[in-house]
Amino acid sequence: MSQTAWWASESLWRKSAIWVTGVSFIFLIFLTFDTVDHITAGSKSGRVKAYSVINNRIDYVFDAKRNMQVPVIGPVEPLFGKVLTEEEAEALVSKGKLTTQSKNCMNCHTLLGNGSYYAPDLTKSWLDQSWGSKETREKSMVEFLMDPTDKLHNSLGRKMPNLGITEEEAKATVAFLKWMSSIDTNGFPANFKPLDQSDAPVATVTAEPAPKASAAPAQQ
Amino acid sequence: MSALGIISNANLNGGQKLAVKYFTVSLALFGAQVLFGLLAGIQYLNPDFLFGILDFSVNRMVHINAMVVWLLFGFIGSVYWLLEDESGTPVVGLGLGNLNFWIFTLAVVVVVLVYLLIQVGPGELKSIWLINEGREYIEAPRWADIGIVVCVLIFFFNVAATFMKGRFTGIAGVLVLDLVALAGLYLAGMWYTPNISMDQHWWWWVIHLWVEATWEVLVGCLMAYGLIKTMGVRRKIVETWLYIEVALMFGSGILGLGHHYFWIGTPEYWLTIGGFFSALEPIPLVAMVVHAVFDAGYHKLKSSNTPALAWIIGQAFGNFFGAGVWGFMHTLPQINLYTHGTQWTASHGHLAFFGAYVTMILAFFYLAIQKWRGNVWMGSNLVGSWKWKWSMFLLWTGMIAMTMALLISGYEQSQIERAIGGSDWVAYFAAQEHPWFVQGMVWRMIGGWTFAAGFVLLAWDLMTIGKRETRPALVVDAESH
Repeated sequence: MSQTAWWASESLWRKSAIWVTGVSFIFLIFLTFDTVDHITAGSKSGRVKAYSVINNRIDYVFDAKRNMQVPVIGPVEPLFGKVLTEEEAEALVSKGKLTTQSKNCMNCHTLLGNGSYYAPDLTKSWLDQSWGSKETREKSMVEFLMDPTDKLHNSLGRKMPNLGITEEEAKATVAFLKWMSSIDTNGFPANFKPLDQSDAPVATVTAEPAPKASAAPAQQ
Repeated sequence: MSALGIISNANLNGGQKLAVKYFTVSLALFGAQVLFGLLAGIQYLNPDFLFGILDFSVNRMVHINAMVVWLLFGFIGSVYWLLEDESGTPVVGLGLGNLNFWIFTLAVVVVVLVYLLIQVGPGELKSIWLINEGREYIEAPRWADIGIVVCVLIFFFNVAATFMKGRFTGIAGVLVLDLVALAGLYLAGMWYTPNISMDQHWWWWVIHLWVEATWEVLVGCLMAYGLIKTMGVRRKIVETWLYIEVALMFGSGILGLGHHYFWIGTPEYWLTIGGFFSALEPIPLVAMVVHAVFDAGYHKLKSSNTPALAWIIGQAFGNFFGAGVWGFMHTLPQINLYTHGTQWTASHGHLAFFGAYVTMILAFFYLAIQKWRGNVWMGSNLVGSWKWKWSMFLLWTGMIAMTMALLISGYEQSQIERAIGGSDWVAYFAAQEHPWFVQGMVWRMIGGWTFAAGFVLLAWDLMTIGKRETRPALVVDAESH
C-alpha cells in the first residue's frame, strides 16, 4: 500500500500515545492529592481514624444511607485498660504494624484483603466472634499471638507457627488490628457479623439497625 | 563465528553476551519459583509438611519474589539482547553493565538466603532494613530496594545512552520512556508508615503501575522486536501498533489503578473510576492479539525461529485471557467485594503473569540460544523438536489446570465464605474445608506437577536445542525496515 490512511498513520498514534498517557497521569496526580488527604490518619473525612481511636469501642454496623457496613466509634473502652494520648497510640500502632511486617503476616493472611490466602483476613479480626467475648478478647489475642501453635485453629490442620512474638509486640499488634478495624473500607468485608460488644444489662448505647438481617443475602 | 550448532560467545555482540548471563540467572530463578510454588501448594493439602522449618509464608514469599526477580532479569536480558541490534552501535557502558549484573545477582542470592535462613525478625525498623519488609511482592529489605533502584538506573543509563549514540527508533523511544517510569515508580514503595491505608495506596503504585502498565508496554516493545526478527515484519507496522498499544495501555491502565482502591480506606469515587477504567484494560490486549495473529498469518507463519514465534503468539493469547479476561471477570467492584482476597485472585495472578510475561521471556530465550549456537536452523522439522513442543504443551496444560482449579476454589470461597458466611474466621474455614475447595487444591497440585515437568523439559531443551543442527537459520524476507 503506497498511501497510508490518516487513521493508520504512525505519527497520529505516536501523538495519541503521548497525549493519552500525559492526560491520564495528570488526572491520577490530582486524584492522588485528594486521596492522600482522605487516608491520612485522623483525616477530616473520617475514613482513616486517628490512632487514639483505640481508646474507644469500635464496631461495624449497617448504614442504611450508604447501603453498606461502616465502622462506628463507640464509648471509651481503652485497650489494656489504659487511655493513651495520640502520640502514645501512634507509637503503639506503629510497633504493631512493624511487627506484622517483620513477622511476614501478609504471606499467609490478607490485610484489607491484600496478601496471601492461606489464613483468614485480618481487616476486621478485632471484631471477630471467634475471640469469644469482648471481656476476654484482648487477653486471648495476646496469648494466641505469643504461642499460637497449640491453640485451636481448624479441622484442616492448618495452624499459625510460633514466630517468637514477645508480649510487647503482641499487645502492639492487637492495637494495630483494633485501629485497622476502624478504617472505612467501603463495606469490605460485606455481611460480616461482628462480636457483640454491647454492655448487655445497661441499655445506654442504642443498638443500630441490625446489620445481619439487612446486609445478609438469603441464608440457606 | 564458530561452527553451526556449537555454543560460542563469538556468535554474540557485546550486549548479547551480557544478555545471556541475565537469561541464565533468570532461568535458574524460574526453577526456584516453580520449586517453592510446589512446596506452598503441598502445604495447602498437608499443612504439617515442613511446618516450623519452611512455613507457608516463607515458601510463598520466595515463590512470588523469585518470579518478580526472574522476570526482571529476563526483561533486562531481553533489552540488552536487542540493544546493539536496534541501535546499530555497541552498548555504551558494557563494563558497567557487567559489574551491575554481578552485583545484582549477588544481592539476590543474599536476599534469598536471608529469607530462607533468618525468615523473620523482631518488630523493629531494622528488620525491615535487613531481613524482610513484609509487604507482598516487594518483601526485599530496604537495603536491597536501594540496590534495585541503583541497578535499574545503571541499566537505564546504558539503554538511553546507547540509543542516543546510535539509532533512536520508535521502539527505542517507547522503551526509554517506559524505563524511566519503571525506575521512578519503584521509589513510591520505599518508605515506612504505620498507616496501612497509606502504605497500601503507595504500594499499589509500584505493583499495579509496574505490572499493569510499564511491564505491559515493555513486552509490547519486545513483541515488536520479536515480530521483526522472527518474521521480518515491516518496522512501520509494528511501531504503529506499538503506539496504539501504548495509548490504550496507559489510557486504561493508569487510572485502572483504581480497582485496587476499592477497599483499603480510599474514597468511594474510586469504585466508579476504578471500575470504568479497568473495564477498558482488556482492549489493548485485544489489539496485541490482532496484531500478532494478523502479522503471523500475513507471513504464513514462515519464521526463522518457530519456538520463539510460538511463544510470541502464545503471549498474545495468554496476555488477553490471563490479564484481560481473568482480570475483567472480577474487576468491577460489585463482584470484587466478594472475590477480593480469594483464590479467584490467585487464579488470575497465575494465568496473567504466565500469559503476559513468562511467554515473552521464553521467546527471547529461544532467540538467544539460536544465535548463541551460530544462528542455527530453528524452523520446522528441527532436529529434536519434540522437546520444545512437549515443554510448551506441559507448561500451558499445567498453567491452565492451575488456573481453572484455583478459579473453582475461588468461586466456592466467594460464595460460601464471603456472600453467605460474612467473611469472619468461621466462614473462612468453612469455605477452606469444603470439598469443592479441597478438590480445587488437589487439581491445582496436579497442574503444578505438570508445569514442573514442563519446566524441566524446557531447561533441558534450552541446553540442547539446535545442538545437532547443521543448517543455518532461515532468512526471513525482511520487508524494508
